[in-house]
Amino acid sequence: MPEQTITLDVFRYRPDEDERSTIQSYDVPYYEHWVILDALNWIKDHVDGTLSFRWSCRMGVCGSCGMMINGDPKLTCAAFLKDYFPRAIRVEPLVNFPVERDLVIVMDDFMSKLTSVKPWLIRDDTRPMEEELLQSPSQLAAYKQFSMCINCLLCYAACPELDGDPDFLGPAAIALAHRYNLDSRDQGTAERQDILGAEEGVWGCALVGECTAVCPKNVDPAGAIQQAKVAVTKDWYKRLLLPWGKR
Amino acid sequence: MSDALQHDIVIVGGGGAGLRAAIALAELDPTLSVAVVSKVYPMRSHTVAAEGGAAAVIKDNDSLDAHCYDTISGSDWLADQDAVELFVREAPKELIQLEHWGCPWNREPDGHVAVRPFGGMNIERTWFAADKTGFHMLHTLFQTLLKYDEVVRYDEWFATKLLVADGRCQGVAAIELRTGQVRCIAAKAVILSTGGAGRIFPFTTNGAIKTGDGMALAYRAGVPLKDMEFVQYHPTGLPGTGILITEAARSEGGVLLNKHGERYLSNYDLGEPLDVHDPKHPQMRSMELGPRDRLSQAFVKEHEKGNTIDSPFGDVVHLDIRHLGEKKIDKLLPFVRELATNYAGIDPVHEPIPVRPVVHYMMGGIHTDINTATPLPGLYAVGECACISINGANRLGSNSLTKLLVFGARAGKAAAQYVGGCGAISVAAIQSQAVDEQVRITALLNKTGGSERIVSLRTDMYHAMESGAGIFRDESSLKRTCETLAEVRGRLRDIQLDDRSNCFNTELIAALELENMIDIANAVAHSALARTESRGSHQRTDFPDRDDANFLKHSMAYQTDGGPPRIEYLDVVITRWPPAERVYGAKPVETAGE
Repeated sequence: MPEQTITLDVFRYRPDEDERSTIQSYDVPYYEHWVILDALNWIKDHVDGTLSFRWSCRMGVCGSCGMMINGDPKLTCAAFLKDYFPRAIRVEPLVNFPVERDLVIVMDDFMSKLTSVKPWLIRDDTRPMEEELLQSPSQLAAYKQFSMCINCLLCYAACPELDGDPDFLGPAAIALAHRYNLDSRDQGTAERQDILGAEEGVWGCALVGECTAVCPKNVDPAGAIQQAKVAVTKDWYKRLLLPWGKR
Repeated sequence: MSDALQHDIVIVGGGGAGLRAAIALAELDPTLSVAVVSKVYPMRSHTVAAEGGAAAVIKDNDSLDAHCYDTISGSDWLADQDAVELFVREAPKELIQLEHWGCPWNREPDGHVAVRPFGGMNIERTWFAADKTGFHMLHTLFQTLLKYDEVVRYDEWFATKLLVADGRCQGVAAIELRTGQVRCIAAKAVILSTGGAGRIFPFTTNGAIKTGDGMALAYRAGVPLKDMEFVQYHPTGLPGTGILITEAARSEGGVLLNKHGERYLSNYDLGEPLDVHDPKHPQMRSMELGPRDRLSQAFVKEHEKGNTIDSPFGDVVHLDIRHLGEKKIDKLLPFVRELATNYAGIDPVHEPIPVRPVVHYMMGGIHTDINTATPLPGLYAVGECACISINGANRLGSNSLTKLLVFGARAGKAAAQYVGGCGAISVAAIQSQAVDEQVRITALLNKTGGSERIVSLRTDMYHAMESGAGIFRDESSLKRTCETLAEVRGRLRDIQLDDRSNCFNTELIAALELENMIDIANAVAHSALARTESRGSHQRTDFPDRDDANFLKHSMAYQTDGGPPRIEYLDVVITRWPPAERVYGAKPVETAGE
């Protein structure tokens, strides 16, 4: 044990036992190289096995361990104690989601939003397995950034729109739809237009940009939403002016 | 207990292999009822952490025989050559299939898929999506599966037992994490695709979820675990965390240096170093592009000579990629830069990366035939949890991502064919087994008076494995490990949980995972003790040579009633590449089979 410790004030809620949530404080050994996830695991191993949270890769790519840290959405495997020491750290579940238990949120709504944008490559033809679909490096670059989303949901916790309008598709789902729309191999833009162009689609966003600010993978969902708005508008004008034409 | 849930085929595990199998089934026959049971949301599966790439012959300078030879020689001739030939033949079309599903493979200027060299390979054939290939493959597969809404997903359900009746596997018992309910999921066939078991060691690239669950389920159902003594150490993990620094760092030109700044691999029969600015650097099958087993072993030897570098988290060597320059690093190795900056506190554009060997992959696993069928009718296994075997005693980097696809698709086809001809499910028989399972789990949850915490048992298992069953082993180290593991297994009875909640009880799951890990660790240690030779990743200091006369065989560990596993052997399948010396160091090799 090192001489120094740090306090974690952790959100607790067990639906089968607790009427309401509480904050529980734990003193944890302080190591410079520890991330907040290490401290949570130390609590679970040594002090209190009832504390529940999700985690796996502890290298910022599986997307499991997002939580509110002092009110900001963070991946706890990438948030170091040293950046908060010696002050206490408040650890809470991601906001804008129902809480399943403790630091575990309910993801059902996000999963159905993700599915609704048809995040798969849509093509009219089927190519034989012997043939690559050619794609130049610049065509790849056009969508690559938007394919980097790890579904960690920090952007949903940061989004002020979702606070008021839970039906809003949200940054990650829209960015992913836009990723496929921008892919030179994809022919499914029209199929995704109805959901993107709907009230709960791109128009739900008021351009605050918090999603891009908190994204740990530099996906820039706000940029994706703005680009998608332009695309949806163009499509709307086309439909209005050329109702007989091919979109 | 609620009524049994019923499907034609249940896939346990939502990583690359399980998702590929699910898509294969959905495409093959939309009338089949298919379910995927996964203890995490599928996009959290550990396929996500694979970095470097996926191997398949696509370029004109390459050949199927060359990929076969690299894989077989890399395996130290323990791979089954019929399986390797099939794997290599089907690999290109599987990677093109993934391309058609939207995987963002890196491209040549003319729009064709780009390839990079990889360790132990004679020709560059590794397809890649920068250095996040596994991430892109997993998300592409998961997003593609969303298209098939007839596939039922049980996300965050933890399978605890295979349900076997009439000599056939007919489903699984699983805990729904949200409610804590144990349910019977009946199926005519079960495909296990739960991944590896790196978490039986303390220092591993593997995520927390890699606890060998599927292996343990099959083992307890009487299915042998094959070649469990072969554990791959990746030569370049970050000290402390064990976070993987991809082999692609070396295939793009990175070099390994000891504390004197020397390219020490040249002292270990891996060839001569070329200057990093020589256009021929890096050379295939040479130096930093040698196979992982040999590079990890060289680190230990270098450590014994006192040539490694002290660090607060164990000795390290340096992986130097500075000469690649910032532009190339950001284009081809952006994740390496991100990980080294965040977790080692150094920017590899300006400083070398400290690295040490780290447990990475299980070559062994559930025994299957070339069609992914286990000896238990109705049970199939695929991905890292399975041993077909194409990896033998040492897997080549970038073969495992391809293996997920080739054999995932194959498992789907094999299971579909089987359920077309097998009898009805004996629902009553397996439902009663699931009830027994619920009783067992409830008893564990409500037990009082135990004195052991999960962490103390897990720590003792870690120490036993690291101290006795690491890169180099011998009889006395392995015997000690086996004894400790038996003692830890006994102490499991005294485990005490803090958490009695039915809602998302992660402590309960951790206890069940620990039991799985101890069984797998036991199979590893006993298989290693029985193999009195050195081959690939299994290095016995008391038996330093390969012994083809006695051990050109797969080991098969069977669980026994309470005692150590019974180890039997099965001959390796040799088709066109008779056993020979493994030659590295850019010497010419004859890759064509006979």
